[in-house]
Order: sequence, then structure tokens, then C-alpha cells
Amino acid sequence: MEPILETRGLCCVYSQGTPFQHTALDHVDFQAYPGEYVGIIGHTGSGKSTLIQHLNGLLKPTDGQVLLHGKDIWESKASVRQAKFHVGLVFQYPEYQLFEETVYQDIAFGPKNMKLSTDEIDRRVRQAAGFVGLREDQLQKSPFELSGGQKRRVAIAGVIAMEPEVLILDEPTAGLDPAARDAILANIRDYQQSNNATIILVSHSMEEVARSVDRIVVVNDAVIPFSGTPREVFSHSDELRKMGLGIPQVTQVFQRLREMGMPIEDDCVYTMEDAVKALLELRKGGRA
Amino acid sequence: MNHIIELDNVSFRYTDEERQGRLVLDGVTLAIAQGSFVAVLGHNGSGKSTLAKHMNAILLPAGGSVYVDGISTADEERLLDIRRTVGMVFQNPDNQIVANVVEEDVAFAPENLGVPSEEIRRRVDATLKLVGMSKYAKHAPHRLSGGQKQRIAIAGVIAMHPRCIVLDEPTAMLDPIGREDVLRTITRLNREQGITVVLITHHMDEAARADRLVVMNRGKVIQDGPPREVFQQVEALKAVGLTVPETVELLYRLNQAGERLPLDALSVEECAKVIYQAYQA
Amino acid sequence: MLKDITLGQYFPGNTVVHRLDPRTKILLVLVYIIALFQAKSFVSYGILLVFLLVSVRLSKVGAKALLRGMKPVVVILIFTGILNLFYGTTGRELFHWGILTITTGGVKTAFFMIVRILMLISGTFLLTYTTSPILLTDGLENLLSPLKKVKVPVHELAMMMSIALRFIPTLIEETDKIMSAQKARGADFDSGNLLDKAKALVPLLVPLFVSAFRRADELATAMECRCYHGGEGRTRLRQLAYAGIDWAALAIGGAVLVAVCVLAYGFGW
Repeated sequence: MEPILETRGLCCVYSQGTPFQHTALDHVDFQAYPGEYVGIIGHTGSGKSTLIQHLNGLLKPTDGQVLLHGKDIWESKASVRQAKFHVGLVFQYPEYQLFEETVYQDIAFGPKNMKLSTDEIDRRVRQAAGFVGLREDQLQKSPFELSGGQKRRVAIAGVIAMEPEVLILDEPTAGLDPAARDAILANIRDYQQSNNATIILVSHSMEEVARSVDRIVVVNDAVIPFSGTPREVFSHSDELRKMGLGIPQVTQVFQRLREMGMPIEDDCVYTMEDAVKALLELRKGGRA
Repeated sequence: MNHIIELDNVSFRYTDEERQGRLVLDGVTLAIAQGSFVAVLGHNGSGKSTLAKHMNAILLPAGGSVYVDGISTADEERLLDIRRTVGMVFQNPDNQIVANVVEEDVAFAPENLGVPSEEIRRRVDATLKLVGMSKYAKHAPHRLSGGQKQRIAIAGVIAMHPRCIVLDEPTAMLDPIGREDVLRTITRLNREQGITVVLITHHMDEAARADRLVVMNRGKVIQDGPPREVFQQVEALKAVGLTVPETVELLYRLNQAGERLPLDALSVEECAKVIYQAYQA
Repeated sequence: MLKDITLGQYFPGNTVVHRLDPRTKILLVLVYIIALFQAKSFVSYGILLVFLLVSVRLSKVGAKALLRGMKPVVVILIFTGILNLFYGTTGRELFHWGILTITTGGVKTAFFMIVRILMLISGTFLLTYTTSPILLTDGLENLLSPLKKVKVPVHELAMMMSIALRFIPTLIEETDKIMSAQKARGADFDSGNLLDKAKALVPLLVPLFVSAFRRADELATAMECRCYHGGEGRTRLRQLAYAGIDWAALAIGGAVLVAVCVLAYGFGW
């Protein structure tokens, strides 16, 4: 399958030619495939924020290419602009970007910039609001009257309303409590399934990533040291720890159990469901 | 026992339009022992931040009373005494750092208290050492990482020599490395300096480090005890939108499938041990 | 990038100029500016230029950094220059077209005006480059403290200034972030006519102001929690104290001012 979005030899150097010169990305090759749920993990300053801002053309590569459907997004002025609509980016703490008088108008900001018809804008706003679980009567409220969690939903709906083929979210659950966190992750999953969209989730939480994504891309020191299924990535537990990333607690428990000599064959259990299943099977006498 | 903070049947409601009428704190009675490490857990809107703001007279109770070291927080004459006894650290480090240079910021509170210059200098140096930020004394705060900024904010409060610090979700905006640094700092202040710590959080693994865990919901205290005991109330916690540490969750799910494991494993090591022993038997 | 703005930035260092008491530096700049407005001839400007160059040299602030700070005022410089060019009416006529006349007097006025502005800016920049904002406000507060007697809120003004300085980088960063976020939703800050551009700023300015107010509110609470209760009874980490070098610097500054005034009023130079 062809990637929907990819980077080839992507380099980014900040403040080039000054004493503050700093390489944020160093020949990075990243791919995302249609309908795929990708997780990007890396600590602050690893280059992951810089990477995602290249994916929708907010930042221009110092060197290398960003390809959407195989075409360089920097081909023309129009193509860079289009890239923003095809690749939606939800920043960290997106609630701080709300500005309109009503929730409805704020969600409509993106679609309006796309120059869509009024009817189409209306359909998209209502649908996007539905995805994030906003009620009809909330649409006419001022976004500043809402609670923190609701503001976050409005901001995410504002990007979803552009109906991007690729939706990138930078720490969408930061600062939320467990219930709100689960709700937002479920909203994102809904959008992915109904639009067959590609999702790129940037997160610090290993548990969250392990639970949600098909594939994990690790970013560290301006490069991608490894990527793969959660199983593959979490098997690099020592390297992850050295990068300050760590692995899910469940995985740690299982590693410890194996060290203690329990006959667990699966060398990388990373979800709660798998963990319970493995232990129950072991109890039944079968080998996990 | 000696109590540094006492809340007696405290109730509170915001008077502004949006939140009109809703009771944010509903008859909270709580006593914080001198030298203890208490975590207050609850989902957003449970009243935990409002509770924190009552602990050093940022908010005054609508009903009931709050005493800091025996002084009622309603006593305006003693406001400075209350504030220097109970220091407060907030979520966003950017919005609590006043000065352009790290050491000047740490000096801010002692300056306000009229501490002599030489003593301020001593306190600043000692406090920065305590939070592990001595080498950044001359740096500009906006160039530091989130975790470093938050440690400066903590130092800024500790320099007052408070007997208690209340931290309102101090790690919510930090990455895992920054979070760990801040938690380690808080724990050290409690263990080595004997400073009472009240940590407001919704992270289960942070709450697990405390000596005592208070769970809030709809303005009421619904659980109160050592984390080991509170986390065993898995259903009660889930019912109010909270989770339990993954280690407890794993044991809980095994029990639901017919095992009979104790639910008090908070660390990976403890959890592995519990499972290992059960499967050896 | 917005982050590259250097206006009023402090370059840490440990030179004589850095070590001078901030009050000395503020007074010296004041003296320098007064002298600059008295100067009428090449000789007076020459004296002040030497004074400036020696200070720059001693401070080890590169000429490049000083010139980079000039960039934002280039337009103003050119504008003032041209205006003065046509304004002067004395001397020999060099050029005449309709109502526009350029005379040698005009050229001279324009030249001195540009030199004056350049020197004025370099001097003040040297002050901000070599004095940390916090020392600068301390110095100002201290110098202005006699005004407290006539109910001028000197401490409050100084505190406001130092907080403003503290939050400039934070707000610049925030502006950058909001701009990126709105661009990601298709906002266009660059094209269209003036009205379009002004309208395009709404999605940037509203969140910026909302956030600034929230920050102000939280900061006020945090300051109260750290026992801030105005300037009364407040001590300082760093006590300002004049040293020998300060008296020497002030003496030199005074001498320069006297020299320029004598030249201007005594000899008409």
C-alpha cells in the first residue's frame, strides 16, 4: 500500500547560522498509511512537535520533502494551503485558540476558510460537534462559558469539521481526568472509523498509546530510532527507558514475572486485556 | 496529633453567573497532620481545587471554618501569617514566576516578608540546592523546561520557610521526565525537611505515593485513608470517574475472572509478587 | 520568526559597563541624551561619539548586535532624514522643483538629525543590553523614590514594568503558537488588503487577550500567596550600592555634558 503521507530525508534546522543553531530533525523518513492509527512518542525536545508541524505544511523543511498522496506539498502556494485542509492538526491545549462568539462559529472557522457553501459548512459543523459529543443547545453558547473539557472538544471539532484525511493530535488528553480522557480517545476512534481517516496521536502516556494505536513511531534526538507495532516497540524496553520514555506498567509486571521464572511465552504483553487473558490461560494449565 | 490545617464543615459556592448556585464544597471536614503527605484525588469539577484554595485563605468558606495552625482564615489581621505558613503551588508554572532571573524569583517571597538581604541570599542558595536547580540561579525562567520551571515555583514558595505546601495539580502540564522530577522534589521536601504536603492531582500513580489519600466527589470527601486501602475500592472509584493504578486494575480484573488476590499492590514489584505467589500455590 | 526579536534584550556579561550600578548607567544615559540635544557642531558630536564608542568597546557588546537593533527604526530614520532635507532653508540652494527646495543647510540638518537618532538609540540600547531588566527597574525605582513623597506609585510602576518584561517572551511564544494553530485551520495572515489583514488578526488577538487576562489573574493570586502586599516593608535580595567606579563614571559623564554645553552656548558650536 502507498503511504498517504510521508516524509523523505526531512531535515529541520532552527536559527541557522546563529549561535543558537539547533537541528530539530535530521533526515527523517516517516510514513502514515490510509486508515492507520499511528502513535508518535518522544520526550519534550525530541523533535516530535517539529515533525508534526511539517506534516501539514506549517513549517517548511530545511531539506527533504513532505509528500501527500505522493506529491510534494511545497510544489505550489495552493498545494501548501490545501495540505492544511487534508492534514488536520490539533495542537496541545487547543482550547486556548477559541475566539468566536459562539461554539458554532468557532467550529465553522476552518470550513469557512475552505470556502465551502453555507449548507456544507452547516452539515460539517453539526457532524463534527456530534463526533465530540457536544449537544445541539451548546452550539449557540459562547465557547468561553464552557468547562475546560468541553472547550477542548470544541477545539477538536474545529479541526474535524475540515474533514481531514489525516488527523494529527498533539497530546489531546493532557490535563484531563480519566473519564474525559477516555471520552476524547473514543471520539477520535469514531472519527477514524466513520471517515476511514488516518490518525496520528502524539502522546507522553505509554498506556494511552498502547491501548489506541496500530503502530508506534519513536522520535528521539531528531531521528526515528525505531518504529513498529506496540509489541515490537515495547520490546525495546531498555532503550525506551534510556530515552526517558518507559513502558506500560502491565508490560513491566510481565517482564518481572518472567524474570521470577513464570512460564510466560509472550515476551511483550502491553494491554490489560492481553495480560488478563495470558494469566488466566496459564491458570488453566495451558502455557500463555 | 498536631494539625497544621483543619477544615470544619466547610461549604462554598461561587457567586458568579455561570456557576451560580452549585455547591462546590459541601460540608467538608478534614484535618491535615503536621508533617504528613496527603493526596487529594478527584475528577475535574469535584471541588478539589476549591478545597485547596481554602487552605491559605485565597477563598473563604461560605459556611464552616478553616484553621491554619490554629488561626481562622477569616482573620484578616493574620493573613500574612497564614500565607507564610501554608505555601501554594499552581498548575501553570509560567503564571507564578514573577521575576526575570531564577534567583530573583526565589527571593520574591522573602523580600515581601522583609527578610534582611544576607538572609535572603542564604535562603535562595539553600532552596535552589534543595530543588536541584542551583546551576540555573542566573538563568531566565522562560528558557527552562516545564519541570524545571515548576521546581523554581516550588523553590519560590519554600523560600518563605512554610510549614506546609499545597500543590494544585503541579504536574498536569509536564512531560513524564518533568513530572518525575517534581514528584521526587516534593517527596524529598516532605521526608527530609518535614514539610507537610497536600498534593491535589488526578494521576493515580502520584496519589499512590502519599501517606494518606482523600477522594473528592461533588464537593464531598467520599474516601479517606492510606492509598493502599483506598485503591482497593475499585468500584467506588470507577463510579466517580476515577481509575486505579494499572497494577491494581490488573489484580482486580483477575479477581473478577475468579481469582482471589489481595488488591493492595501499588508498585510493579508488589504486583508481580502477588501474582507469582498466587500461581505458585 | 517572532522569537528572533532582540529589542531591549539583555546580553549577560561581566565587563566594567555591566558592573556599573544601574542608577549610574541610567543617569549617564540621561546626561548623554541631554548633551546630544545640545550638540550643534561636528566637534560636540565628535566628543559624544567618542564617549559612546569607548562605552561600547568597554561593554564588549558587538557593533553587530547594536546595529541589528536598529533595523526596526530604519524607516523612521529615512523618513526623518527626508523631511529634514526639505525643511532647512538656510545656506546655498542645491535643488529646486516646485515647492521642494534642498539647501546645504537642509542637508546639514538632515545629516545631524540622523546621526542624533542613531546615537540616541545606540546609547539607550547599550543600557538595556548591559543591564538586566530587573536591575534596570530596581535602578529606576530607586532613582524615582523621592517622588513617593508626592504620592507617585513608584514601587507599583516598577513592579508593573518588571512583570511586563518577564511576560514579553511568554506572550511572544504564545502568539507564535496561536498563529500556528489558526493557520492549521486555514487562517491567512499574509494576503489580502489592509482590511482583510486587520480582520485576519481577530482569531489571533482574541485568544491572546483572553490568555493574557487569565495569566494576569493567576499571577496575582500566586503573588498574594507569596505574601506580596505592596512595597511597604519590602527588602531586596540585592542592595544597590555606588562604588568608586560609579563615581568615576558619573564624573566623566558630567564633564562631557559640561564640555558640550560650553561649546554650544559659549562658542556657538
